[in-house]
Amino acid sequence: MSFKDNIVSSFIALENEVDTESYVHQLRNKALADFERQGIPMRKEEAYKYTSLKSLFGKDYTLFPKKETAIEYKDIKKYLVHQIDAYRVVFIDGIYSSHLSQTTHDKFDVCLMSSALSHPKYSSVIQKHYNKLAGNDGLSSLNTAFAREGAYIHIKKNIAVEKPIEVVYFSTGNEDHLMVQPRNLVVVEENAQVQIIERHQSLTDNAVLTNVVTEVFADKRAMVDYYKIQNDRLNASLIDHTNVEQQGDSEVRLHTFSFGGALTRNNLYFYQRGEHCNSLLNGVTIIEGKQHVDHSTLVHHTSPNCESYQEYKQIFDDKAVGVFNGKVLVDKVAQKINAFQQNNNILISDKATINAKPQLEIFADDVRCSHGCTIGQLDEDALFYMQSRGIPKKEARALLMYAFANSVLESVKIPEIKARITKLIALKLNVEIGFDL
Amino acid sequence: MSKYTEEQLEKELKEKEYEYGFYTDIESDTIPIGLSEEVIRIISAKKNEPEWMTEWRLESYRYFMEMEEPEWANVHYEKPDLQAISYYSAPNKKPKYNSLDEVDPELLNTFERLGISLEEQKKLAGVAVDIVMDSVSVATTFKETLAEKGIIFCPISEAIRNHPELVKKYLGTVVPQKDNYYAALNSAVFSDGSFCYIPKGVKCPMELSTYFRINQAGTGQFERTLVVADKGSYVSYLEGCTAPSRDENQLHAAVVELIALDDAEIKYSTVQNWYPGNAEGKGGVFNFVTKRGLCEKNAKISWTQVETGSAVTWKYPSCVLKGDNSVGEFYSIAVTNNFQQADTGTKMIHLGKNTKSTIISKGISAGKSQNSYRGLVKINPRATNARNFSQCDSLLMGNECGAHTFPYIENSNSSSKIEHEATTSKIGEDQIFYCNQRGIDTEKAIALIVNGFSKEVLNKLPMEFAVEAQKLLEISLEGSVG
Repeated sequence: MSFKDNIVSSFIALENEVDTESYVHQLRNKALADFERQGIPMRKEEAYKYTSLKSLFGKDYTLFPKKETAIEYKDIKKYLVHQIDAYRVVFIDGIYSSHLSQTTHDKFDVCLMSSALSHPKYSSVIQKHYNKLAGNDGLSSLNTAFAREGAYIHIKKNIAVEKPIEVVYFSTGNEDHLMVQPRNLVVVEENAQVQIIERHQSLTDNAVLTNVVTEVFADKRAMVDYYKIQNDRLNASLIDHTNVEQQGDSEVRLHTFSFGGALTRNNLYFYQRGEHCNSLLNGVTIIEGKQHVDHSTLVHHTSPNCESYQEYKQIFDDKAVGVFNGKVLVDKVAQKINAFQQNNNILISDKATINAKPQLEIFADDVRCSHGCTIGQLDEDALFYMQSRGIPKKEARALLMYAFANSVLESVKIPEIKARITKLIALKLNVEIGFDL
Repeated sequence: MSKYTEEQLEKELKEKEYEYGFYTDIESDTIPIGLSEEVIRIISAKKNEPEWMTEWRLESYRYFMEMEEPEWANVHYEKPDLQAISYYSAPNKKPKYNSLDEVDPELLNTFERLGISLEEQKKLAGVAVDIVMDSVSVATTFKETLAEKGIIFCPISEAIRNHPELVKKYLGTVVPQKDNYYAALNSAVFSDGSFCYIPKGVKCPMELSTYFRINQAGTGQFERTLVVADKGSYVSYLEGCTAPSRDENQLHAAVVELIALDDAEIKYSTVQNWYPGNAEGKGGVFNFVTKRGLCEKNAKISWTQVETGSAVTWKYPSCVLKGDNSVGEFYSIAVTNNFQQADTGTKMIHLGKNTKSTIISKGISAGKSQNSYRGLVKINPRATNARNFSQCDSLLMGNECGAHTFPYIENSNSSSKIEHEATTSKIGEDQIFYCNQRGIDTEKAIALIVNGFSKEVLNKLPMEFAVEAQKLLEISLEGSVG
């Protein structure tokens, strides 16, 4: 059975379980049609020129896993940023796990997409925001067609959420090939502030494909601090679509840490709709083996006096493949924009590959836009200097790589995440040093 | 700088129409419009080409028929109707001139208005000019001087007849017939162009130069240029373009192939000033060119271009760095004004070890124009220690134009270093203020700043062109600052 046929028959199965009269289901029908028309993106499409999804979608995926979860807190503890007190929304094989989650709160909503989509209490927010930002490309449509679960985060006006919200998706490996399609919606009203940590993790080596869509709406003067930690097993693939809309004076910061997974594709799209917006897109990628990480970013400046800042630091070893496809689009009316985009890459092995395409499309004249892209190696002189002072080669290399990635880490606001990432880097580089020298 | 003064500039601003827009009335020998195997056979027969050449053209035509016009470029235009073009047009009175006196006086007059009087050219600077007027060379100078050194510099049609072994060996090796849509078309119907061969170890003593112009209404121009630098030789080749103004769009689909064998060096400079269309975006030349060079061991190819004309420009002078230690360079200034569109850049394909490439691209957009840089730097796994430096700067004037950058960087080995940087900005108000304060008016200040912005590229041009190019920049941008 081809992937498309599987999707169509699964959709019929889905229709037996959900309310087919609802507003959301109309969106599903339309999205399914969009998907059927476009299918899975092929390499001849410019956006997927360097990333082939063919083998990924060649497998026979189960879209609805069996509902059995025997996961205990101790099984997942190490994947959580457990050192800090946080609100937690935990999903097991795409299904909400109430006993692992911690969502006690008032004044704002951290709950499930499934209840948000069905409960009339949320319908005004859903109608206003849901699927307003997600693209109608093949894969986003596929997600919309099957969307029924995920995190729903709604922060009301003037509220600063006091602790981070951690959204974690686990897959248990009950199925040989599992495909999950979580759907997240984050609405942050005026003057509100929130920190979010998102992670997708498989607990066994069975193949899992995650096709996730997240929509983030930041209203005036809102602040959103979003962290994506991607350090999955070698049979787990992730296709992430994150769409962010910003109103005037808002600030959205998004960090992506890609340390593992068979294939990771991050579609990260920012749309600035008001003046004085500030967007920050940072990323660190360190991969080896045959892993493949593809970052595709877009910052669309539609209003004057805004800023955007992108910095992606990437290190590739063995036969790893990296793709960076960054685009800054400045509309004619968006004067006085300051847009910066930087992509630095280190190739450690001769078999590793990096394909970069940093693009600028500028229609306004009074702007400052610059981008830089480098591909290089570790500085031999610096290595020699450290070795001559008694630091073994392996550690010296690790230190240099850490220093390379450090400028991104410095903008991480949650110290525990910074510590966690630092530890992950040390683990990745196979050294036992703390980098807080 | 030239003696070009402010007053002159001002005067030119007033007479804004394209200054080289005139039409020489020479009877032309034009074949019926349209494209078919028959037309190709006629072209080939008219040029007394040998059998193999006719076959080569027909083969290209067959490839062409299977292809579709590409649409990925960031330009918008009405596709030219290839069946409405006459594929061959040669000035009718075509005796072999021995001296300038025999040349049609009207033709000479044309050249004078273009500012390239042959007599002057001959005496000046030692530039040998191979003039292509409507596809066929009518005058070649300095041939004898060059012949002494063993250098062959002649129209390609002549080379096909007189040096078939060289042409056969190299034609289509860098840009294959089926490379792309317009290259295939060119291979099928090319009317003429230049051929240049520099023998082993010879340094060409003068700058070789060719002027291309489109003269006859409704005739497309399809030149084919082939430059072969044999081992250890050096040549600097200049190409300049001006075209009379026409209301309908004219298609220009040239192919340029450079071959630098071991230790050879080729410098190829272009000043392109085809008719860009009027201020409303009507008319203008479509410039769809395929230019590529192949570097063998220790060879070097350097492209320099100043693009100020054409309604739509679509070209990527590229280097295939095949041999170890070879070097590729690309220096470009692309200026677009009014409704002009340019999608230009380069490809550097690193195949050999220790290969180096440098890309300096300056885009200046004004009016309602769109200016794109599109480039590829590809480093093969075998190309260890490859080095690339790219810099693309864009300058925007006015808020209705656009500047775009599409750099592709593909690296697959760990010993290569690649740097790419790009900036987009406008002319700083403080810079203009500084000039104003010192008594330089705004228009002149802009010219000054643009010249400074483009200096890195202008410096790479041969002397004669550098002056002309500076002048072109100023004229192209006049009136663009409000």
